[in-house]
Amino acid sequence: MTVKSICINLLGISISKLSKKRMQLIGTVRKTWLSNRLFVAIFLLGMAVIVTLALSLSQGAVPLSLEEIWQALLHQGDPVKQTILWDLRMPRIAAAMLVGAGLGMSGALLQGMLRNSLADPFILGISAGAGLVAIAMIVLQVFVAWIPLAAWGGAIVTTGIVIFLGRSAGGISVEKLILGGVAVSSLFASIQSVLLLIAEDGQVQLALNWLVGSLNGRGWTQVQMAAPYMIVGLIAGCLLARSVNVLSLGDDLAVSLGISLTRSRLLIGAVATLLAAGAVSVAGLIGFVGLVVPHGVRMLVGTDNRLCLPFSAVAGAWLLTFADLLSRLGAVELPVGAITALLGSPMFIWLLYSGVKKV
Amino acid sequence: MTLNIKNLTGGYATVPIIHNVSLTVEPGEWLSLVGANGSGKSTLLKLISRILTPQKGTVLLDGKVIHTQSAVEVAQKMALLPQQQTVPSGLTVYQLVALGRTPHQPWWKWELDTEDKIQVEKAISSVNIERFSQRPVEQLSGGERQRAFLALALAQNPQVILLDEPTTYLDIRYQLQLLELMKKLNQEQGLTIITVLHELNFAARYSHRLAMLKNGSIWALGKTDNVMTPENISQVFGLEVAIMNTPIGKQICPIAAIESDDKK
Repeated sequence: MTVKSICINLLGISISKLSKKRMQLIGTVRKTWLSNRLFVAIFLLGMAVIVTLALSLSQGAVPLSLEEIWQALLHQGDPVKQTILWDLRMPRIAAAMLVGAGLGMSGALLQGMLRNSLADPFILGISAGAGLVAIAMIVLQVFVAWIPLAAWGGAIVTTGIVIFLGRSAGGISVEKLILGGVAVSSLFASIQSVLLLIAEDGQVQLALNWLVGSLNGRGWTQVQMAAPYMIVGLIAGCLLARSVNVLSLGDDLAVSLGISLTRSRLLIGAVATLLAAGAVSVAGLIGFVGLVVPHGVRMLVGTDNRLCLPFSAVAGAWLLTFADLLSRLGAVELPVGAITALLGSPMFIWLLYSGVKKV
Repeated sequence: MTLNIKNLTGGYATVPIIHNVSLTVEPGEWLSLVGANGSGKSTLLKLISRILTPQKGTVLLDGKVIHTQSAVEVAQKMALLPQQQTVPSGLTVYQLVALGRTPHQPWWKWELDTEDKIQVEKAISSVNIERFSQRPVEQLSGGERQRAFLALALAQNPQVILLDEPTTYLDIRYQLQLLELMKKLNQEQGLTIITVLHELNFAARYSHRLAMLKNGSIWALGKTDNVMTPENISQVFGLEVAIMNTPIGKQICPIAAIESDDKK
């Protein structure tokens, strides 16, 4: 018997013992899960966020050990590592969390308000407007530095157009909103295609990067620009949870329960637009986060929006930070939007097969 | 809590369906709106429940115009059981009924307080669905689901309750159960009830007063026994009937449809 075989045997025994303990643990977790979903959800999400944060701070082109991170946090040790931590990694992670939270909550708000589980933050034309403005500026080479602000403005204006199209005799109709969003998105997408066709190669690359969504090079300036109103939007979104709950009962009951349909839809739409436009202005069009996160959250904590909305924000923040971490691990840095699409599609298919809950 | 309807004209979009309707519903009364398809009875109920806005005329609850009054104030006094019910997935009966407390909760209040919980439990027990209270609403049968939504309406603690064709999607046993339940609430709590009903016999059996609508106007209004006559029914429904006296009151036996030009 060689040392190797003894080790393998010991490992085998310990694994089998562990697996028995693991089965018991799974059994207890299952029981606790069924009786106390909320605490389990908080625990799981909390753990995921902490682990992802730690990994994000340490991984990258220059790996930092936990001790080095700690030192750099206290402004001690190697100044280069301090710069990497404070000026490169932390703002990027802050941007990822802010954008992810904004997209997650915006998706949850819109899915609740439109009573449509396929709604995403961009359904009201935000991506169309922002994308068109950004691409136009890139191709025509005007005010490139102003793209984030201009994209934000384009998103807001386009949503305004879509809401205008969604007006009906009694106020705002959900069906007309969705159709208006689709119509405007198609129109703007075709204009975007034309612009891309006449663009030069470098411009196309730049435009595509923006269209797919990237957190590359996002620093404290971008975070500081978007953070104030995104945080306001996140808080406002949580406060709207009860309205979204009542709206999900249908128009007739919502009116009977004293909700003003037009006012609450405008308010919810405005907050969702603010969050999504803010996210787009920082990171471009990152897809799937706003669509998939609310579904996953609903499977975890149920459909009550008082839980679903804040959890969607936290889960969205986690997902984007995680996707950003993955995008930095390879030899070539991929845009984070590509990662969310790669992660998101199989997740979405799995959700479909395991029975997507109706909103 | 009197409901006054004065010269009400309204409908969907710009075409009025209801023309110059006036009626008063006294507190504790059960009024049924009956009429042929397209006569405007559902539209009238929607105008009362504020889903539609009147083009002319007013609806007053306790002397105040409901369309200009604060929506929350009206919701504290008047509730609706809609014809078709949208159920968000995964919502339990308790959570559904709890939503009925919305008009009584200011916008910043997050959870139910003690008073809310008492009202929710009272509503659930008054419709006898305590044993389902933790079950998702979508798993209930048609009759049980109807009662869950009725509990939601009752949790609003209303004085007037509007029922839009409450029996249309139920089988006959559940139809009877629901109406008996409404009768009990009407007698014990003095709840004012306005229903739109297709089934004339249920309307005859349970309502105090009857409003027969034809082409958007009131054809006949009054005590059920007085209004439910073969002449009125033939004019409003184009139906030849025989009225029978039974232990539970007057009941209608349809005989034949009348081929005539009146019913337009």
